Amino acid sequence: MADQSWLTEFPDMSRRELLGIRKTLDGAYRDFSRAYGDQIEAFFDPLLSFLVWFENLLLNTPWWLVLGVLAGLVYFMSRSWKLCVGVSVSLLAIGYFGMWDNTMRTLSIITVCTFLAIVIGIPVGIMMARSNRAQSIITPFLDIMQTMPAFVYLIPVVMLLGIGKIPGVIAVVIYAIPPVIRLTNLGIRLVPHETLEAATAFGATPTQRLFRVQLPLAMPTIMAGINQTIMMALAMVVIASMIGVKGLGQPVLKSITNQYFTLGLLNGLAIVALAIMFDRVSQSYAKRTQKHLRGDHNGK
Amino acid sequence: MENNSTPLIEIESLTQIFGNTPEKVLPKVNDGMSKSDVLATTGHTVGLRDINLSVNRGEIFVIMGLSGSGKSTLIRHFNRLIDPTAGKIKVEGEDILTLSPKELIQFRRHKMSMVFQHFGLMPHHCVLDNVGYGLSIQGKKPSIWKNKAKQWLEVVGLEGYEDQYPSQLSGGQQQRVGLARALCTDAEILLMDEAFSALDPLIRYEMQTQLIELQGKLQKTIIFITHDLDEALRLGDRIAVLKDGEMIQVGTSEDIILNPVDDYVRDFAKDVNRAKALKVKHIMERSKNRVIDCDSAEGLADAFKKHDILVWTKSNQLQGVVSKNRLAAYQAGRIDSPLLHQSSVKEKDYLQTVLPIALLADHHLLPVLDSDNQVIGCLSNDAIAEVLSPSFDAA
Repeated sequence: MADQSWLTEFPDMSRRELLGIRKTLDGAYRDFSRAYGDQIEAFFDPLLSFLVWFENLLLNTPWWLVLGVLAGLVYFMSRSWKLCVGVSVSLLAIGYFGMWDNTMRTLSIITVCTFLAIVIGIPVGIMMARSNRAQSIITPFLDIMQTMPAFVYLIPVVMLLGIGKIPGVIAVVIYAIPPVIRLTNLGIRLVPHETLEAATAFGATPTQRLFRVQLPLAMPTIMAGINQTIMMALAMVVIASMIGVKGLGQPVLKSITNQYFTLGLLNGLAIVALAIMFDRVSQSYAKRTQKHLRGDHNGK
Repeated sequence: MENNSTPLIEIESLTQIFGNTPEKVLPKVNDGMSKSDVLATTGHTVGLRDINLSVNRGEIFVIMGLSGSGKSTLIRHFNRLIDPTAGKIKVEGEDILTLSPKELIQFRRHKMSMVFQHFGLMPHHCVLDNVGYGLSIQGKKPSIWKNKAKQWLEVVGLEGYEDQYPSQLSGGQQQRVGLARALCTDAEILLMDEAFSALDPLIRYEMQTQLIELQGKLQKTIIFITHDLDEALRLGDRIAVLKDGEMIQVGTSEDIILNPVDDYVRDFAKDVNRAKALKVKHIMERSKNRVIDCDSAEGLADAFKKHDILVWTKSNQLQGVVSKNRLAAYQAGRIDSPLLHQSSVKEKDYLQTVLPIALLADHHLLPVLDSDNQVIGCLSNDAIAEVLSPSFDAA
């Protein structure tokens, strides 16, 4: 009755075949990473040296200067004293609890990741908005990037580039980029048809339409996407610490393995504080630049 | 007014079919297959079918139809926001379908501008930047276009609103901004797509008045889309009626009201305020049968053999309206004057301005004068009553 066992057991492929597939794929990828790993690493070298430079800059500058510059930046972006004081107090508390260096490392990598995600994500989003075909091709990839467990795509990245900052950055960017792409696409598609038609009717070139109508009008949506991207990048910090990215994630990882509750909590809170800083500052910057959306302002 | 003989815009056998493979469906449409059959057999929608029209320099050409008749689709062909499936669109003799993308942009910047139903303003630009939009994308210096935009804002009566954002203005104000933006590029042709339809009736009337005043000064060529016949009659030098993507009738206001080509146009025209749309010249009696020129009242006696009431002129100067009985009484010395009344109307007066005069004048006859105050005919109350009666049935 062996030939009827498919009724009770799933007729899966034999272990041997599966092993064969795995061996071939793993082998092919290993060969690929051996053959091209060095070139790819060399390609990312400028990024690595920038990362190192930026991190050292934040670490080697006296803390009060960094604090001052950050507070100034916050004020410049948000024009709000309240926010400025809040950020300074949180940073002082972080420093007081001995997490200054790790916070600076996380800050540097998050800044670079967010920047990369925006620089790559917005053009991809624009492309998606312009062509339905591009949208139908890219959307499934975004779905995969957002749902695939982060550990899974850490494997090939580590195989290719080893452990360190660059694979960390790549993993964080892959994880965090979908919102900015999706919301750029959505924002541009939601621009009122008649407004766009008006621009065309007055002789706007496609570039003028993009930069003077579509992007400005999509900006609130795009800013929401950037915000999400920042939050997701911060959430990824702990996972990235597994492949040797230094920062607030590493003490958290250590706390998990050793059950250090307080250490984990403090570092977790520091990540939360960073997240809130990024969020409030980017939100109020967005609000300030979108003054036409405020119904009550008097034209100033 | 030069070049009045050659139309500024000519549209020749324009057809628009919406669907995946319009060119395959085109022969069927050309063979006269009905809109519903085309949709049933091919899944394509016939937007416009074989449209032919010409627009003269300096006129307001109104395209009228109910929603779904294709009027908004049609106006979008004038500046190629939509490209047709077949046909030609000529502006000053040049087929604009042959323009390259760069030439098309230049064409849109300098030849035509457009006003939209829902204004189509840039919400992120202030009013001044909106008005100057056309010039600013042409690469003009801000000092130049800001100045010009300010002037046009004044013309439409919105000075002081320069720094406001569109969302802070009322609908009527927003459409004034839309109008100023369209005028600011000095384009010769103005496309107005249901420009006043989104406004409430009072503001709409005000905007129409403003447009008529502006047109008096600027002499643009205006293509105006509307679903409102009253608006069409008020603004249009000529009116085209569109139904299901086909052009049914093109003509002046009185053509549409007095000579509708079919029941569709007749239904349209039925509820319109004819006293507002028709002028004296459309219903007056042009013959001089009842106009008698002689030096003295006595000379009129002969003419009363045929008519009871006459218009009396002396060396072409209007004296007044005379009746047989009144003349007899005058000749018998019982009254001082043989005249019934001395009222008159101009041929270009609208019926609504004539009505009170007609009601007050005795014996239902009014002399009609041309612009040189010469009597050219007469208007009877019967004619007015006939054309204004609810049961009026156009030929």
